[in-house]
Amino acid sequence: MKYVALIPLSRFGGRGVRGEGGLGSRVLQARTLAAGATPPAPLSPLPPMREERGIARFPLAMVLASFVAVPAATFAQPVRIGSKADTETTILAEVVAHLVRDAGHPVEMKTRLGGTPFVWDALRADSLDVYPEYTGTLTEQIFAGRGIRGEAALREELGRLGLGMTRPLGFANNYALGMRRSRAAELGVKSISDLRRHAHLVIGFSNEFMKREDGWPGLQARYALPQRNVKGMDHRVAYEALSKGSIDVTELYTTDAEIRLFDLITLEDDLGFFPIYEAVLVYRLDLEERAPAAVSAFKRLEGRVTADAVIAMNGRAVEKVPPTEIGADFVREQFSVQATVEAESDARRLWRLTLEHLTLVGVALGASILVALPLGIVAARRPGLGGVLIGIAGLIQTVPSLALLVFMIPLLKTGTVPAIVALFLYGLLPIMANTAAGLKNIPPSMAESAEALGLSPLAKLIRVDLPLASRSILAGIKTSAVITIGTATLGALIGAGGYGQPIQTGLQMNDHREILFGAVPAAIMALATHGLFELAERVLVPRGLRLTPIA
Amino acid sequence: MIEVREVSKWFGPNRVLDRVTVSVPEGRTTVLLGPSGGGKSTLLRVMNGLIRPDSGDVRFGGQPLTANNARRLRHQMGYVVQDGGLFPHLTAAGNITLLARHLGEGPNRVRTGLVALCELARLPAELLDRYPAELSSGQRQRVGLMRALMLDPAVLLLDEPLGALDPITRSQLQGDLRDIFRGLKKTVILVTHDLAEAAYFADEVVLLAGGRVEQSGSMRDLIQRPASRFVTEFVRAQREPLDALREAAA
Repeated sequence: MKYVALIPLSRFGGRGVRGEGGLGSRVLQARTLAAGATPPAPLSPLPPMREERGIARFPLAMVLASFVAVPAATFAQPVRIGSKADTETTILAEVVAHLVRDAGHPVEMKTRLGGTPFVWDALRADSLDVYPEYTGTLTEQIFAGRGIRGEAALREELGRLGLGMTRPLGFANNYALGMRRSRAAELGVKSISDLRRHAHLVIGFSNEFMKREDGWPGLQARYALPQRNVKGMDHRVAYEALSKGSIDVTELYTTDAEIRLFDLITLEDDLGFFPIYEAVLVYRLDLEERAPAAVSAFKRLEGRVTADAVIAMNGRAVEKVPPTEIGADFVREQFSVQATVEAESDARRLWRLTLEHLTLVGVALGASILVALPLGIVAARRPGLGGVLIGIAGLIQTVPSLALLVFMIPLLKTGTVPAIVALFLYGLLPIMANTAAGLKNIPPSMAESAEALGLSPLAKLIRVDLPLASRSILAGIKTSAVITIGTATLGALIGAGGYGQPIQTGLQMNDHREILFGAVPAAIMALATHGLFELAERVLVPRGLRLTPIA
Repeated sequence: MIEVREVSKWFGPNRVLDRVTVSVPEGRTTVLLGPSGGGKSTLLRVMNGLIRPDSGDVRFGGQPLTANNARRLRHQMGYVVQDGGLFPHLTAAGNITLLARHLGEGPNRVRTGLVALCELARLPAELLDRYPAELSSGQRQRVGLMRALMLDPAVLLLDEPLGALDPITRSQLQGDLRDIFRGLKKTVILVTHDLAEAAYFADEVVLLAGGRVEQSGSMRDLIQRPASRFVTEFVRAQREPLDALREAAA
């Protein structure tokens, strides 16, 4: 794909992934509630706006310059911008995209990939150029146990891997403890230390926070907190419970839109327990040579994204404004960059997702058949080897899909190819096992008849054995197809597109319409496939096998 | 036509054939007779190479039957089993012509052969498009016979071809089979446990029991000059019901 200057980007706008899936990334949580958010902060500042306008000519000049450089840009590889599944970094990725395009550089969006391991591996595997990250995630999770403290040390560590990091963008998304403003005032609680005086308080944490070392266990130890009544619950449920007063304290992220929505305060971390999660952009250092203009474009964000702006943007996402549009508004206000957002109609989008999904399923299933059918024949002919083959296929089947997708990234990067490979691997077992079983179940008298006729082994296989086993083989392929259609929805985790996109986005945004936009067509495709195979059975399974003997 | 010399065969700990020597004359019908488990079906399968003997050798038309040439030689040995052994996924015609088509026979020759076989086996031609499940057991047996005869083999091997049929169908097919054997002057080897059936078909009889040849020769010799006590017993056991029938009729 070649892009010149401004590119419609909305076709990438809705990529979605539910990032968590037990992979333990702190920054991925869906923290959205279906509710209106407050209008952008009063901080969305007018004076800085004026300041921006002063600089506004500069980007304009850059746009003009980029047109001069069009031939180079046309041949340039697009800058591949990624994000995790969560809304906040997805919006940031869209902001980066608008700025990079504005600098005249083509862009390829890989937003809403799975959790931290997905994006990090993708960056390391040279499948991404840049993505928004938090310093705390880098020090506490990615480089866990190395005791890296401070920006310079972190930058040095990244540099060893050929990666760079911008200066902080201007906001931090830290863990904090939150209470309703009224309740905190009533008890006179301002800091976490103050909680020591109120042992009876009811606390509800997300299940992940309950387990993390930098979560409740560490926090309780550091502050010697006395509370015993601590429940684990879903993060969104915790917010709901907090607003209704059934719990008093929960953990939150300092940029959550709900802080304003429910009139919460964050308690001061007076002993400095929580790591700092400052937002930065992590990128491949070679990008500075390949696309220097793009690097300087996204470095414009350094120090320019305030916590209030982020809370406001998160709030708009709660109202289901597409991230690309939120990002466009941000760059317009902050940098006077005119970014265009082209909306994709539902019908077009559905068509595109269907084609993507069919490609994933079709190619993967086709490859599964081509490989598993011969292996099934081998398995039937040589039971010893067959046991090993079916054992291996069964082992693959037990690898959780998420883990398999993560394994794919270092080998095959992100996108359609690794997703197809993973689906192909999952599709093997039912076809192989059913082919082997179908062949083994052929009555010995049939095998003898074929041999007594003097058919060659190949002719016996093609003209007798496979037709006799056809029903079992077809059932295996049908099982594989239906499984593949379902599993393919996870392909969105590594940027493979398909019906998984709206499902993952919808899960992140708590947007039921969006979830159904992917889930319903996926279910229909599975049912239709099932029906098609019933029809295929009438064509492919010889009629003589479908009759009941008369005598 | 087929010479079996000193053939032994073990299935696990059981010796099913014990140094069996049999000579099958060309152009005649040889019946392998005996009780179940006597080794007659195994011997039949040794003759067409479906079972490799542990010791001894088999010659077909003077040529030793080996693992390498067995498949090719089987094209000259039509084989019919109980209930026809038809492939359920193929029509009657598909079953009959499978091997011929595989060997590259032209469609015209295949069709001519089919028509001739229908007449020979007395199978109405309209049944050719039916699947085995749509045929009666007698019809399936006729189709099985046609399949075995399709390549006009020198030898026809039949394993209890009438075993699964009701008495009326059985007697019809029995008559038709004998006409065919005599008409085609093929070398026929037929396995049965039934003395009357053996008497009906046999030019030569080989009586097998416990994996050994108890007696071989003509049917008359078998009845009038039994070679062992076992032969006497075997014949008597099967004659008594027939004698009772005759008495009742008289």
